[in-house]
Amino acid sequence: MLTQLRQALRMLAVLTLITGFLYPLVITGVAQVLFPQQANGSLMVIDGQGMGSSLIGQPFDAPKYFWGRPSATAPFSYNAAASSGSNLGPTNETLIKTVQIRIDALKSADPDNPLPLPVDLVTASGSGLDPHISPASAAYQVRRVARARKMEEDVVRQLVSQHTEGRQLGILGEPRVHVLALNLALDTQAK
Amino acid sequence: MTINGLVQIGLYFVVLLALVKPLGWYMARVYEGQPCGLDRVVGPLERLIYRLCGVRQTEEMDWKTYGIAMLLFNALGLVALYALQRVQGFLPLNPAGLGAVTTDLAFNTAASFVTNTNWQAYGGETTLSYLTQMLGLTVQNFVSAATGMAVLVVLIRGLVRRSALTIGNFWADLVRSTLYILLPLALLLSLLLVSQGVVQTFASYQTVSMLQPAGYAKPVTDGNGQPVLDEQGQQKTEPATAVEQVLAVGPAASQIAIKQLGTNGGGFFNVNSAHPFENPTPWSNFLQMLAILLIPAALCYTFGMMVGDTRQGWALLAAMTILLFSFIPLGLWAEQSGTPAFTALGIDQASGAGQSGGNMEGKETRFGIANSVLWAAATTAASNGSVNSMHDSYTPLGGLMPLFLMQFGEVVFGGVGSGLYGMIVFAIIAVFVAGLMVGRTPEYLGKKIEPYEMKMAALLILIMPMVVLSFTAVASVTGVGTSSILNPGPHGFSEMLYAYSSMGNNNGSAFGGLNVNTPFYNLTGGIAMLISRFWLAIPTLALAGALARKKLVPAGPGTLPTRRPLFVVLLLGVVVLVGALTFVPALALGPIIEHILMVSR
Repeated sequence: MLTQLRQALRMLAVLTLITGFLYPLVITGVAQVLFPQQANGSLMVIDGQGMGSSLIGQPFDAPKYFWGRPSATAPFSYNAAASSGSNLGPTNETLIKTVQIRIDALKSADPDNPLPLPVDLVTASGSGLDPHISPASAAYQVRRVARARKMEEDVVRQLVSQHTEGRQLGILGEPRVHVLALNLALDTQAK
Repeated sequence: MTINGLVQIGLYFVVLLALVKPLGWYMARVYEGQPCGLDRVVGPLERLIYRLCGVRQTEEMDWKTYGIAMLLFNALGLVALYALQRVQGFLPLNPAGLGAVTTDLAFNTAASFVTNTNWQAYGGETTLSYLTQMLGLTVQNFVSAATGMAVLVVLIRGLVRRSALTIGNFWADLVRSTLYILLPLALLLSLLLVSQGVVQTFASYQTVSMLQPAGYAKPVTDGNGQPVLDEQGQQKTEPATAVEQVLAVGPAASQIAIKQLGTNGGGFFNVNSAHPFENPTPWSNFLQMLAILLIPAALCYTFGMMVGDTRQGWALLAAMTILLFSFIPLGLWAEQSGTPAFTALGIDQASGAGQSGGNMEGKETRFGIANSVLWAAATTAASNGSVNSMHDSYTPLGGLMPLFLMQFGEVVFGGVGSGLYGMIVFAIIAVFVAGLMVGRTPEYLGKKIEPYEMKMAALLILIMPMVVLSFTAVASVTGVGTSSILNPGPHGFSEMLYAYSSMGNNNGSAFGGLNVNTPFYNLTGGIAMLISRFWLAIPTLALAGALARKKLVPAGPGTLPTRRPLFVVLLLGVVVLVGALTFVPALALGPIIEHILMVSR
């Protein structure tokens, strides 16, 4: 028993060294050399300034910007230091009320929008950091953004399609629009 | 169900099943000590480890010695991980300056990772330092998986060996599982994940500017960081504006790779694989889903090779795959149908060219419905427990799918090693039931199944439901249990049932609305995880020891062939009956009644 305890102790120490120390260290080293951009958070740097990460969404509620998925992080939306979903269940009255508030905000920013309201634009994402919306949600907002910026709807629509990603390899995932990149492009266009 | 969704699911299973044979073959070579291709590279390291630890790897152990070695190793792991969390504030690699984890949470997390459950009562980026994630969690991700594989290999040896008193060497099984199987796969997967955007750095959290500053209500705290309350006892807030975004990063990829491969599932970040830094693209999502079921599926082939008849392994894999397949359509249909209340609000939930539609609360746009549901099924069929969408926000029947898949006792693929040894126990019960029907002594793979073996097998299938249902019952009638509920009504009961089904089956996924970081849930959950892991592993070792001592009975005309479709059906019947009889009453009180309420309002 005592021999076994000694063996167990040493085994834990050795395996900790290999799997807990050397393994992450090696991966970090190789990752920093091969994929420095991705390994450090896929930052979007414009004029030497970090304008966000291409993987992490940001909150928008001004009419001139496309709005992303609602976010349930605290204390503010898209808090990338504390990811969180709402965890509200489908029969929970709180969820229904929250969604109603989001619908009202969208409707009051663009009162007689004839398009159907896509579900992903009024439901919180799982991470609270989702950088994407569905193409339908982008299409829904084109009119509002064009009016707020006094731009042609077709010009905005074209920018949207430039920032729409298809399925990976044509099969995997869902088509999606990158909200932050699209909004940055809108601002650049306006300059 | 969209066509593309079905294509994605089909592709997933084709790739998974195509990898079963090569990896299963490789693992059989590793466990039988034959050349496997990596010997030149890994062999010297392996021998160095044995020398450093004073282990003679050829020394055979009986099942009791083997069990003691396993328990000692895991107990030390538990103590080390607990201690590490308590002192992390004084240790390096803690850029966010996180302090000591509370005692009950540290116990729960230690139990969670040592038992291969990886239940997340902790918050990742807000609770654990980089050092704790590496030296604590990553290490246990490897060795708890390797422990499960070791116990499986022992059970296989028990079936293969004749009139033998010993069943192998724990240290050799542990080290070989880690070095030859888990580590190479994890190295490969980590780098593939980084290429997709999973972070891997020791730098501190990144700060970037926000394009549109966001106004919010900031909680007011006093000088000691304690929240200040207003007259009504509510948290007092003040208006504030966020102009910068702090991005939590860290050495994530290395941990995520092994969390998936080892059916661990504990996330680097709070929201696990829904986090864009943990699972950035559909391709990274596909790889991670593949990693969830890869080793449990391939071990079936390993089993077949080691018992000298690969069709025995395919039969078990067929039973697992059929069971998993039969639940996915339910989840897909329920989630794609969406929520009636949303339709009443005029929201468009139909899938079309512009959106995947369905119930998108708690789901990520890049994954949509198909990838979220497929993940939920795979992660609960295997005892993985990582999530890429929030299960608590699923529709009632969509949430029933992962819940019920766990309640089968994690034998539908299950944990690495532990899933298959659970399934082999069910196979023994199935031949026993068949033996009863025709009045003949049952046998499995040439080993007579006698009262002692049946006692161990019965123990194995009874402990889990007892743990899950007792703790759920206690939680639902006590204030400390029910005060943690987020969603009212039957959904709240589902949250508690899900929590104990998850911990009691070493799964680790959650209905995340339940506030489980309380002393009550941390302690009862920690106990449930330890019981379910070790009270199952020990009878399995005893069973292996008993089987190894037996002589081989040549197959006769009355022997039930355990590699034919008939046996697969019988096995499925036993697994489903045991699961259904035990848990359907509880499911009726949670998701089923909630579904009826939802559609009738």
